[in-house]
Amino acid sequence: MGAAGPTPGPSPTPGPAPSPSSAPSRLAAGPRPPLSWGERTAGLLAFHLTLAKRTWRGQIVSRFLTPVFFLAAMGLGVGSLVDAASGGVEGVPYLRYVVPGLVMSSAMTLAVSESTWPVMTLLKWNQMYAAMLATPQRVADIVRAHWIVIATGIAWAVAVFIGIAAIAGGVGSWWALLGIPIAVLTALAFVAPLFYVAARSETDEGFTTIFRLVVTPLMLFSGTFFPIAQLPGWLQPIPWATPLWHGTVLARSAFLGNPLPPWWWAHDGVLAAYVLVFHRLTLVAFRRRLAA
Amino acid sequence: MLLSARGLTKRFGDFVAVDGIDVDVRRGEAFGFLGPNGAGKSSTMRMIGATSPVSSGDLRIFGLDPATHGPAIRARLGICPQKDLLDEELSVQENLWVYGRFFGLTRAQVRARAEELLDFAQLTERRADKVEPLSGGMKRRLVIARSLINNPELLLLDEPTTGLDPQARHTLWDKLFRLKRQGVTLILTTHYMDEAEQLCDRLVVMDRGRIVAEGSPRALIEAHSTREVVEVRFDADDHGAHAGALAGLGERVEVLPDRILVYAADGDAVVAALAARGVVPLSTLVRRSTLEDVFLHLTGRTLVD
Repeated sequence: MGAAGPTPGPSPTPGPAPSPSSAPSRLAAGPRPPLSWGERTAGLLAFHLTLAKRTWRGQIVSRFLTPVFFLAAMGLGVGSLVDAASGGVEGVPYLRYVVPGLVMSSAMTLAVSESTWPVMTLLKWNQMYAAMLATPQRVADIVRAHWIVIATGIAWAVAVFIGIAAIAGGVGSWWALLGIPIAVLTALAFVAPLFYVAARSETDEGFTTIFRLVVTPLMLFSGTFFPIAQLPGWLQPIPWATPLWHGTVLARSAFLGNPLPPWWWAHDGVLAAYVLVFHRLTLVAFRRRLAA
Repeated sequence: MLLSARGLTKRFGDFVAVDGIDVDVRRGEAFGFLGPNGAGKSSTMRMIGATSPVSSGDLRIFGLDPATHGPAIRARLGICPQKDLLDEELSVQENLWVYGRFFGLTRAQVRARAEELLDFAQLTERRADKVEPLSGGMKRRLVIARSLINNPELLLLDEPTTGLDPQARHTLWDKLFRLKRQGVTLILTTHYMDEAEQLCDRLVVMDRGRIVAEGSPRALIEAHSTREVVEVRFDADDHGAHAGALAGLGERVEVLPDRILVYAADGDAVVAALAARGVVPLSTLVRRSTLEDVFLHLTGRTLVD
């Protein structure tokens, strides 16, 4: 290997030292051993981690403080009025009612913000996705790795949120920890369609509209703050057809001690369908855009 | 043979970007695709880079088919795209590190390799700086350094010096020369004829998706142009009006909007003949033929509009 062989490498300076222990063949001339699923993912996660080291400070406010503000205002502020007037919602103090809703809607908000502008950055503005695809990575790899990063970030944010809510007395059962995987699944049910939307977008102009016309209404009409039975009938198809309400129903039941509410399989099924269908569509859209 | 293409075609809908080209590139060679914007050079490069599927025809890189062995091919390639595609939020060395990890290199391998490449690209002093404030030439050198992180056998450079000032271009050419001397096979696209002449052992001239000529820069000039060219300028908006005065001079006369080119073995003789005819142009310039003249002769158009 190096500059001495019949098929010399470019090594501008002496070249990679032979190191039989650490996969030397990845730098040697000739065929190189293929990367495993895990190696490809690890290589991409290293990039996202490097990026996160640069940006994590800025995310503290959006990830932790905003939900805490909501908890204080809705749970403790509004909650004391609700409890004084009607003794809670569906038989539980308002704080306990609203915490799972807040957890899920914050998971949704994070999912949407992580799947819009950051995706556009890698897709178009700095084109790092294209740079990744100039290596042994594939479209499915770069999507999977990015989803893992987003899911992990949301799992952490949700875990901290649940911890803070528990300290504030807003959590009634250890089953609330099930809220973490439920939040991740719900988040992915937003991540998947939004990756698809981002892959089909030429500019970021639509993203603000998504927040105004999707995120905010869903937060208000998906049983976050009050049961959807309170909604006028013509609005009820909105929560049924969108992911947030399904996640909130699952989470609320878990938080109150029942991991499997009625129709739990249907709620999970809707969320899984969003993830799977839009994962497919995302791969197609990414290929069309990056590997055409 | 490092690369071999037969009838290589790229279509986007009804548009044919690359129209059935045949190309062979040998190991250790510097091979160029010369042509104006829109000739199909970048589409060709993306197919060779195994990042864009072949529409029809046959393509083999390292003897492998990119449709079935894309990752295996890319593991041995260095790709230097036309746009820099750097993460400007990251530092110079972080850009090298993360890119190496995409190839499955270990942390230690990536760090050692980055060390060498920072030196090669003369960026060691800027290693910890963010990319964003770097000059265009530095960014380009960083992209080239990055494309070398996996010790590639074949380096693909799409318009490597477009948009750089002359000094930065020469620095870059020097780097590419060094790589070539170390045995790296280079394939590059350019619409600068001087770049093609400086760097390429062999090149193809592309126009509208097709190859119109192939050979070494010298052979192409010998085959498709004369030894010298006289550039004649008149104080006129329309040089066509003066074409008659130059008729019959040299072997061939080309009339461009801003000048008239007279192709001849002996340029000074043409200038003398002009004077003898009593023609008084604004200026005359005798120079050697270049690939620009080859392109003009083959296509009737100039490389850079």
